[in-house]
Amino acid sequence: MTTVPVVSSSITIPSIHYLAILPVIILLGASVVLVFATALVRTKVTQFVASSVTVAASVAVLVVTYFQWRCLDSSGPSTTIAHAIVLDGFSVVATGVVAVSLLMATLVAHDWALRERIVGAEYQILALAASAGAVLMTQANDLVVIFLGLEILSLGLYVLVAFDRHRHTSAEAALKYFLLGGFASAIFIYGAALVYGATGSTNLSTMSYFLASNVLTHPGLLYAGFALLIVGFSFKIAAVPFHLWSPDVYEGAPTPVTGFMASIVKVGAFAAFVRVLISALGTQIDTWRPILWVLVVLTTVVGASVALLQRNAKRMLAYSSINHAGFILLGIWAGTTRGVASTLFYIVTYAPTVVATFAVVTLVGGLGDENHSIGGYRGLARRQPWLGASMCVLLLSQLGAPLTSGFYAKYSVLASTIDVGGSPLALIALLSAAIAACFYLRWSSALYSDEPVEATRIVVPLSTGIVIGVGVAMTLVFGIWPGPLVTLCQHATLLFTP
Amino acid sequence: MIATSYAVPSIIVFVGAAIIIIVGALGVITFKNPVHCALSLIMTLFGVAIAFIAQQADFLAAVQIIVYAGAIVVLFLFVIMFLGVDRTDHVHVEPLVAQRPLAALGVVITLGGLVALMAQSHWVTGVMSASTDGKPLESGTANVHQLGTSVFTTYLFAFEATAALLVIAVVGAVLLARRERTLQADEVEV
Repeated sequence: MTTVPVVSSSITIPSIHYLAILPVIILLGASVVLVFATALVRTKVTQFVASSVTVAASVAVLVVTYFQWRCLDSSGPSTTIAHAIVLDGFSVVATGVVAVSLLMATLVAHDWALRERIVGAEYQILALAASAGAVLMTQANDLVVIFLGLEILSLGLYVLVAFDRHRHTSAEAALKYFLLGGFASAIFIYGAALVYGATGSTNLSTMSYFLASNVLTHPGLLYAGFALLIVGFSFKIAAVPFHLWSPDVYEGAPTPVTGFMASIVKVGAFAAFVRVLISALGTQIDTWRPILWVLVVLTTVVGASVALLQRNAKRMLAYSSINHAGFILLGIWAGTTRGVASTLFYIVTYAPTVVATFAVVTLVGGLGDENHSIGGYRGLARRQPWLGASMCVLLLSQLGAPLTSGFYAKYSVLASTIDVGGSPLALIALLSAAIAACFYLRWSSALYSDEPVEATRIVVPLSTGIVIGVGVAMTLVFGIWPGPLVTLCQHATLLFTP
Repeated sequence: MIATSYAVPSIIVFVGAAIIIIVGALGVITFKNPVHCALSLIMTLFGVAIAFIAQQADFLAAVQIIVYAGAIVVLFLFVIMFLGVDRTDHVHVEPLVAQRPLAALGVVITLGGLVALMAQSHWVTGVMSASTDGKPLESGTANVHQLGTSVFTTYLFAFEATAALLVIAVVGAVLLARRERTLQADEVEV
């Protein structure tokens, strides 16, 4: 190599729009504050303090999303920090959902930690960091940032899944999740590298521009790249055939963690998935659509039918969430603005419902988190009408019964699918919903069964009670009166749609 | 598409590096003694470093040696020493039926796919600009400079987000490795 000339050029640091990255800063900041508090404060950080900090952080994020929305109203969507982060309606709404999920899951986990006599702020530290990862994924406009968000989210969750050391299943689930998740991340980053090789950029908007203005004569590299990206995402959202980890992990993880995981992973991964497929690869829709078609069919049908065979509440909910993932994919398959809006609406309504459902499962599980057979729910609504009725509403919402938010969510993804000529696909999904209805109804009717069962009364702690109440209220309010939320989701469009 | 003209010295360097890489890789999977396997891995990593230098990627070559051949293989050796070098495993017992043929099939398919991709596809970045005529990526700038510039401009946010990733990884590792802490029956927490 020749002599290296001394280069004396100054670099321009890209401009930073702090309002856009404030949610991530708040969540990570709160996490780091708790780490320092644990290390430096002589007395132990109590659950109360740790949970309060977490709740305060998530409320702060919600307030910030309000100001972000106002900023969007006045100056429109924008990108910042060398286009790595995007501030558009979609990211703002998804960030808000992450904050709500974190808030609700923290309240549930607070009571759970007191019940299981867990000391220290580690749960909250990891939950805050994982949420920051999910927010990063919703805002990312660059494959590298998406990958980092994915890893931050996943690393936090791997450890949270292993949190309950009394049970072997918890450690086993964490190991399974970690190994398979590691492979999925490697596949994702390989895909990102190939897409970079084919388009010359990791930035989603640059990629979109390149693909819109160039025709690739040998697109093999691009296809291989985004096929690998789809595999990586499918693993995270537990789409069949990449779902095998999900039932074991849902069952093994401490129940509040399962609820938290089920909500924020779906929000983060789907938000990034939508952005990659619609914003960056929107021009390639004819190529990725058939892949998604197969994924949707397998995911909805397998999720619903295998759930029928389960006798464990958490496994059943795992398969149910797989079925839901299939429905959310429908909106992406449609590939239209309406499809994106309906995907967002589905995520917004599903996340609080699933956290509240797992809150009830946490309570029924009892001390040691062991009692999760469906039999444990027999006659619950007779003994404790409020708790039983809440569970019933939450299950019916997941079924998609009218007057619950799940109905409009399913309706809107199906409608957007039919709009673009996907009637057969919509029909298959609808059939899977009918299969799924069997186990939701079986579970709901068990709640109201008359058989006398010897069971102790379940104590509902205050904050878990609030979470269940809020979850049910959101389900019913958005079910009966979905208008405002639908309008919100329709306004929350992506910044780049080719 | 593979570039048509290469200078003779660069071909010699490439072949040399490739032989070092492949011999090292074969050593990793054939040696019986795990310490020898780890040492063969260092050989492979050195070969890759040479290949990086041939591609004018000096910084990557340095990092390859310092981080991979240095730090990571030393970690491997620590783990091997902890687990005991003398322990022999019965590798001929297969927990999964027919996993070896299936693994071989998987390797063949993956390799075939990759080779087909390399031969067929159109790369927008990389190989063309760097190695066809032996010029650096951009004349007049060293690639440490270029990497530094892109870390603080294009990838500024990703670079900062890495910090968060490392923090969470450390916290998680400490939490998993530490002994359990729960309240005793007589302690009460509000």
